[in-house]
Amino acid sequence: MLTLQFVPHAEIEDLGSARRVKKLIDIVKENKIVLLEGRLKKEEETDLIAIAMEEVDSKFKGIELAILNPEKKSQNIFKSFKSSVVNVLLGNRTGLTIIGPASIVKEIKKNPDKIELFTKEIKKKR
Amino acid sequence: MSFWKRFLNKFLLDIFGKKKHVKLGLYGPPNAGKTTLANTICKDWLGEEMGSVSNIAHETREIQVKEQVNIKNKKGRELSFNLVDTPGIATKIDYEDFLKAGLKENAAKKRAKEATKGVIDSIKWLDDMDSVVIVLDATKDPYSQVNITIVGNLAARDIPVLIVANKVDLKKSDLKKVQAAFPQYDVIGISAKYGKNINDFYEALFELTK
Repeated sequence: MLTLQFVPHAEIEDLGSARRVKKLIDIVKENKIVLLEGRLKKEEETDLIAIAMEEVDSKFKGIELAILNPEKKSQNIFKSFKSSVVNVLLGNRTGLTIIGPASIVKEIKKNPDKIELFTKEIKKKR
Repeated sequence: MSFWKRFLNKFLLDIFGKKKHVKLGLYGPPNAGKTTLANTICKDWLGEEMGSVSNIAHETREIQVKEQVNIKNKKGRELSFNLVDTPGIATKIDYEDFLKAGLKENAAKKRAKEATKGVIDSIKWLDDMDSVVIVLDATKDPYSQVNITIVGNLAARDIPVLIVANKVDLKKSDLKKVQAAFPQYDVIGISAKYGKNINDFYEALFELTK
């Protein structure tokens, strides 16, 4: 069975960078796929990779990550300014961040407004 | 921090007329050809290689630095930098992949452990770079989240980036796809192994480190 856990942005917005990343990794380590509302800061996204690597052991193989970002190139200056202010004040709530354990999620493909998530075949024990 | 470092460099340049050695990092996913490119640069300008290369991913598992690489262009301009070759950045490492590549169990586990540390070190060193060359395999999908995350991180730190689409000698390579994936950056197609377009790459380094 595959478990998807939705994490609203409000749940992480008051946390510092390290605790945000740790919270998400902890969920993934429970073999759940995280669907985070919006996205982390750019630096936090790289930290997420580094922390995932620190956690690699015989059971945890790392993560698969995909960020769906619906930013429109045709946004006018006013809309662009407005979304920048909102992002600074409330965090980036647009888009979706998907983080899955590499032992379950083989690949996440973006196309670019569609996401395809390929899972690994789980061998059944006899 | 990077902003202040660049400000200080410019300040020193203005005062003393000479810039200290810039740190030029080679970043990218595993097996894109970072060390092959580093070797080509070092052979061309220092007459020696920098590191070993392999078809098995994560051959480079430690940061390698070659100090004071001096290159010259046709106009006689000179550029001096410390070349930093980094382990490939990945989001997952499974020792079983190395078993499939032909390594024995102990060697595969050791390689996996060192590779995870290599990724962490690469990310830690990002903040120390003055300019970065992202080396991508032009035969692979450029839209991978690792590529986008590294480029986004560098943009957030205001570090100048040049994207190199390597392995353009291979039939499967698609330079236009790499260029389409990163329209806001200069993308140069090269073959680090055979030296194809390498002079264009050197010329682009002068622009990158201006």
